[in-house]
Amino acid sequence: METVLTTHFANERYRLLDTYRRYGGYEALKKAFAMDPGGIIDEVKKANLRGRGGAGFPAGVKWGFLPKDLSRPRVLVVNADEGEPGTFKDRVIMTRGPHLLIEGIVISCFALRAYACWIYIRGEFVREARIMDEAIAEAYAAGFLGKNILGSGFDLDVTVHRGAGAYICGEETSLINSLEGKRGWPRLKPPFPASVGAFGLPTIVNNVETIADIPWIVTHGGETFAALGVEKNGGTRLIGVSGAVNRPGVYELAAGTNLKEIIYTHAGGIKDGKKLKAVIPGGSSTPVLRPDEIDVSYDIESMAKIGTMAGSGGVIVIPEGTCMVRALSVLMNFYAHESCGQCTPCREGTGWLKKIVGRIEAGKGRKGDVELILDLCDNMMGRTICPLSEAAVMPAQSFIWKFREEFDRHIGEQKCPYGNRF
Amino acid sequence: MPVREPVLTEKMPTLTINGMTVDVPQGTSILNAAKDVGVEIPHYCYHPKLSIAGNCRMCLVEVEKFPKLQTACSTVVSDGMVVRTDTEKVRKAVTGVLELMLIHHPIDCPICDQAGECGLQNYYMKFGLHKSRYDLEDKVHKKKVQDIGGQIVLDAERCILCSRCVRFLDEVTGTRELNFFNRGDHSEISIFPGRPLDNDYTGNLADICPVGALTSKDFRFKCRVWFLKAFDSICTGCSKGCNVDAHHKGDILYRLKPRWNDAVNQAWMCDFGRLTYKAMNEARLLTPFVREGGARKVAPWGSLLPDVAFRLKSAADKGGTDRVAVIASPQSSNEELYLLRRLATELLGTKNLAFTYRVAGDGFADDFLIRADKNPNARGAQLLGIPDGAAFDALVSRIADGGIDALLVFGNGIGALSEEETAALLAKVPFVAQVGTNEGPVSKAATAVLPSASVAERAGTFTNHAGRVQRFRFGFPARGKAKNPIEILVSLGNRLGAGWTFAGEASVFKAIAETETPFTGMSYDSIGMFGQEIAK
Repeated sequence: METVLTTHFANERYRLLDTYRRYGGYEALKKAFAMDPGGIIDEVKKANLRGRGGAGFPAGVKWGFLPKDLSRPRVLVVNADEGEPGTFKDRVIMTRGPHLLIEGIVISCFALRAYACWIYIRGEFVREARIMDEAIAEAYAAGFLGKNILGSGFDLDVTVHRGAGAYICGEETSLINSLEGKRGWPRLKPPFPASVGAFGLPTIVNNVETIADIPWIVTHGGETFAALGVEKNGGTRLIGVSGAVNRPGVYELAAGTNLKEIIYTHAGGIKDGKKLKAVIPGGSSTPVLRPDEIDVSYDIESMAKIGTMAGSGGVIVIPEGTCMVRALSVLMNFYAHESCGQCTPCREGTGWLKKIVGRIEAGKGRKGDVELILDLCDNMMGRTICPLSEAAVMPAQSFIWKFREEFDRHIGEQKCPYGNRF
Repeated sequence: MPVREPVLTEKMPTLTINGMTVDVPQGTSILNAAKDVGVEIPHYCYHPKLSIAGNCRMCLVEVEKFPKLQTACSTVVSDGMVVRTDTEKVRKAVTGVLELMLIHHPIDCPICDQAGECGLQNYYMKFGLHKSRYDLEDKVHKKKVQDIGGQIVLDAERCILCSRCVRFLDEVTGTRELNFFNRGDHSEISIFPGRPLDNDYTGNLADICPVGALTSKDFRFKCRVWFLKAFDSICTGCSKGCNVDAHHKGDILYRLKPRWNDAVNQAWMCDFGRLTYKAMNEARLLTPFVREGGARKVAPWGSLLPDVAFRLKSAADKGGTDRVAVIASPQSSNEELYLLRRLATELLGTKNLAFTYRVAGDGFADDFLIRADKNPNARGAQLLGIPDGAAFDALVSRIADGGIDALLVFGNGIGALSEEETAALLAKVPFVAQVGTNEGPVSKAATAVLPSASVAERAGTFTNHAGRVQRFRFGFPARGKAKNPIEILVSLGNRLGAGWTFAGEASVFKAIAETETPFTGMSYDSIGMFGQEIAK
């Protein structure tokens, strides 16, 4: 199978500039400099490249939102905050192929006519930030960054900015605030970052994987990239499979690979010969699937059709014997902890959800608690500035809709049937 | 982010709100457009003078073609928009948000100063009325009664985190003392450790806080707000002339709050001005008296007014008009100053008339509301032809040289003179009559003291530093035996042969508008609620 990103990741020296160049690194950049910036954007549009951060917004369309006039300097921000539980693909790119990202950045900035780029990397990624810094230093030394790159007359500076450990800073406007040194609160939109973003400048925020795909698209053409995937969802995806599988890890697979195949073929099936109980398909905030629902093409549209999301490509496999109430309780603790506190429904709602689910799991649930959760979810869904509220609601609703009997048993028996204790 | 001001253009978008059609200027928010058709959209974080935060989520409305509910405060209207605030979906959303705001609220209304003017109480009665579904023991507790500096006490438990205070300190004062700390339902606003509120406008925080989280130290536990009545007044703390609402119960003033006037103070006032009401309650001159052999002796108005008129007149008759003097006060209204000028120049025939706006103090001023001139009406006195500056200094030296036999003083003090200096100066004058509101250097030395009604107890106009004539209204009858200075002046004037028929400040202002050029053509009607600038 054709791979876009991970082709040489097995070679640990691929992170070094020399090795990267030996495999044809920075050749795409040379090709890009010979192209018209608008032509590059056209290729990205043709590639059906969908944002890999979770929302799946078409990258080419997003790029088109930049104002037409060039009077204000533009910037690119790479979202390397990778905070969605179950997602661990961007770190693989940054540790194994940092120059892929840098080359993608230079091409993207050239296409967008951006003069500066920040890589906002999550605070916990200490090693990843160091590797990126080293790769950037190499790129500067070799003239792939800085002034007059490869004699093209194009200047670009790239800076790695480390976050301070907040899930919310993965949301693009919150990330921008954090980058500016402000509290990481999502911004009210409009204005969208493309018109008023980082430091008030027109800004494009893209995920690491999205940008790392760009050199391949330039080399092979947008249509070739699009053909790797399915309609409207081009290329490959890095899929991180975790949980009870025999071979957990990151797999680069064509967009639209069957989810069942991902779990049973690529990830080696369920550990210890157990049966599958549930799958969280695209990072912790995406609605959970029952085993009978996983025979589905893992692409954005197909997943949406069955009421869930491919999200950030983090597949969490839950085996039989797992208490779904406990699993939800863990998730609710996470969202209550990570709500930024700006909008009322999320600030108060995530904490309340945590308490109700927690007491059901602890054997103190009451009649009506499940209905209370669902009503509360209804009051939180679509009521906030950013989607964190929805990220908490979607698992809560789907766990109840699909595993209702477990919640009822906890309440009825006033204990966890799986014998879990806190 | 700057406040979004509606842009007036020829094209006015037309939209319907709950089936009613309205057209509004381009850039208007749904929330403000709804006001035009009398539809109330509940909100907490929105404040017309601050940037849009959109985080309280109370103002959610249904907009056709939008899948999700939209915040009315931040959504700008467009032509043909169809908005509904009366659907079941909106009602449930608003009640749902309100419920979430209240789950951690301590509901300590019986001991909360905000009770009676609290956004949570008001909206609960209108949009809530639900039973609590939240466990008492689940409530997150935060620190109550925090003295965060300035005039403000913070109760973090009552806070709904609307961010108005944070935006005020960011966008209006630029001092940024308050910020958010922690996350999720443990979020709270606070100052940075060891960095209390440090600006001259802290009192406004209690005004803009929609709940009882930020309350005024000064007003704390003094009075339940539903006992208070309000009247329109003007702050007397400096020459800015900030419009205020004066809140009183009976003849006691409890607080001043800024009254909105975009031409003067927008929605704000300074901390110094906010406390000027205290002088109207405390250390007031309430009984007319004369000083005989150093002792105060109560004198009835009936004999005191003729007596003062006689002493002024006879001094002029005996020693000549040069030996009579009048010191005016920039604390007096235009109407009072006009009568006083005529009394001095026409009736007593003296040239010895002057005032000063100098006061003791550091002369602090800023580029916002605080002005160095600590009087509300120095400009009015100047416009009415009362000399100051060198004329005042000359008059004081004349008094000090023993050149004056009878002196009429308006005001509680004379310029920046200390109590000792005032006493020494007035000792040179055989007869000193004072019209004043409070005990002060002059009342301790004057021969006759005529107690005046305070600003809250009378009405009239002040002219602010920019030449804006503004009305202050009558709040309640004068305390004790204090009298309206207009009444005192008319009475004295008529005893000096004026034949005045003025009845109240309105008739005096009419005369001013007829004869005093800067005020030509003005009337109380044309001044209206927000004042009127003098002709330039």
